[in-house]
Amino acid sequence: MGGKATRVAFGEALLKVAAKNDRVVVINADLGKSTNTVKFVEKYPDRSFNVGVAEANMIGIGAGLALEGWIPFICTFAIFVAGRFETIRVSVAYNHANVKIVGTHAGIGIGEDGYSQMGLEDIALMRSLPNMSVIQPGDAIETERAVEYIVEHEGPVFLRLTRQKVEDVNPPDYRFEFGKGVIVDAARGEGRDLTIMATGGTVHNAREAARELRSQGLDVRAVNIHTLKPIDEELVLDSVQRSGRILTVEDHGLHGGLGGAVCEVVAERGEGVVRRIAVRDFGESGDPVALYKKFGLSIDNIVAEAKKLLKTK
Amino acid sequence: MPQVAADIQRLKKIAQELRVDVIRILTEAGSGHPGGSLSAVEIITALFFHKMRHRPDDPFWSDRDRFILSKGHCTAIYYATLAKAGYIPQEELFTFRKLGSRLQGHPYPGPPDRRVPGIEAATGSLGQGLSIAIGMALAGRLARKAHRVYPLLGDGECQAGQVWEAAMLAPKYRLDNLCAIVDQNRIQNDDFVERTLSLEPFRAKWEAFGWHVIQVNGHEISEVVQALEDVEGVKGKPSVIIAGTVKGKGVSFMENNPEWHGKAPTREEAERAVQEILAAPL
Ligand SMILES: Cc1ncc(C[n+]2csc(CCOP(=O)(O)OP(=O)(O)O)c2C)c(N)n1
Ligand SMILES: [Mg+2]
Repeated sequence: MGGKATRVAFGEALLKVAAKNDRVVVINADLGKSTNTVKFVEKYPDRSFNVGVAEANMIGIGAGLALEGWIPFICTFAIFVAGRFETIRVSVAYNHANVKIVGTHAGIGIGEDGYSQMGLEDIALMRSLPNMSVIQPGDAIETERAVEYIVEHEGPVFLRLTRQKVEDVNPPDYRFEFGKGVIVDAARGEGRDLTIMATGGTVHNAREAARELRSQGLDVRAVNIHTLKPIDEELVLDSVQRSGRILTVEDHGLHGGLGGAVCEVVAERGEGVVRRIAVRDFGESGDPVALYKKFGLSIDNIVAEAKKLLKTK
Repeated sequence: MPQVAADIQRLKKIAQELRVDVIRILTEAGSGHPGGSLSAVEIITALFFHKMRHRPDDPFWSDRDRFILSKGHCTAIYYATLAKAGYIPQEELFTFRKLGSRLQGHPYPGPPDRRVPGIEAATGSLGQGLSIAIGMALAGRLARKAHRVYPLLGDGECQAGQVWEAAMLAPKYRLDNLCAIVDQNRIQNDDFVERTLSLEPFRAKWEAFGWHVIQVNGHEISEVVQALEDVEGVKGKPSVIIAGTVKGKGVSFMENNPEWHGKAPTREEAERAVQEILAAPL
């Protein structure tokens, strides 16, 4: 796999935004190497805090700093922070504390470490909080633009990042628009047969699957939903109007992620069929590519699921 | 040789073999956690090959002592031990961390119809094992059983709040069938514990919470064995053995180096490591 891990792009972007905004502070919980905040810590020791292996405490400290006007980025694996859900719920969300929650190691894409380290329920949890925004960039440039946006955004944000490298899916002059989905291919289809919606580490495979289906004469487009909350309702409705069908693809559990969010919009405001490709059951250890195949996130399986969906009326 | 000394010699030999296994299976897996596996070798050896009452050929025997790897990332030493004790086939070690394996990156007991022998509880999210152990100790008491529960914690792990919620609780229920062990190797993921968040005065904290504390050199098997014997005589309160260890013990280039918390050796590094381990006097 080429490209760059979005967690790496995050570490680089963080340095850039910190140079411009001295209210940016970072809190680590003994995973600075993994979340790529080490350079920030070296450069801005006074604006860095390491609380040890103590995520709930990290969340609360972030809330306190935010309530005093700082912009804390609290950084660990997605599941270790989302796992302290009720602490986030009250200390961050209910306080309207301007905390930026950075969760790396999204999904089964982390590979060998297995389920306990995989963020697989984090989108569902974070999406359920009234004022929490949820952003998952699909490549390095989008991560950088998203981080620039997040610093300016007033209110709590959950930023979900990959451990593994992801291919570029956006052009170098890419502009990030909060809450707006992106049609990912220059030679894009109109989506008269199908729209495939993906997020984060699966956007690349969704784009390749759409290309493959177009080469077989089908009018399929791929959409990158980088903002999971608020989701781009207009684009979801537009997609379902075009073909009556949406296929969602995500490296997250089946419930409450991108697929769930799209279903909510379609059920309430649209008409059509949604098919979800997501991680069913617990994840497991293995090589990331083999895991993507086993759990159905490979290009081949996206194509196959798209064809099944196209057969439904 | 008197019998005790002979037994210690036997345990030292096992510990040496387990160190080699740790290196080999991590190299084969291509990822994993050598540092905290190597620091825990003597602790786990003393438990599985000396102290614990268990039956690898009857792994779900209800009177067995329970071991919980609360520092769940140290699966390399855990699985090597389970194989040597006879819970799982030796060849299975080479499926560690591979797709479809029962030997997950972090401990997973499997679904009810396919339990993995020797694995009592899922761990890997630090801070949870001591609470599970308390539950099992309470269960043992409820069932009027005599078995003991041995959770193994990391020192970095002891920064987690849940550890201290559990630490506060166990003395309330006078759980003398509970013996926690802390692998105090003084390193966590990113750095040294002391530079991250000091736990000191560590011993005094446990004592203040109401625990019987024994400190040992965690690489002196005879000391670990003795401590495990001694705690059985402690009544009315839980015990904790604080084992002073060296992270990466036995492999010079891994010893006391945070770099080796979570990466596998290359084949060449592994060969050097194995030679060193085998050359060390028992
Ligand atoms: C709740 C939680 N937070 C973070 C991690 C990531 N992590 C894995 S190992 C580790 C350091 C553990 O250090 P220590 O407990 O001292 O273990 P040892 O030195 O014995 O390897 C961290 C932070 C985790 N597994 N669980
Ligand atoms: Mg340690």
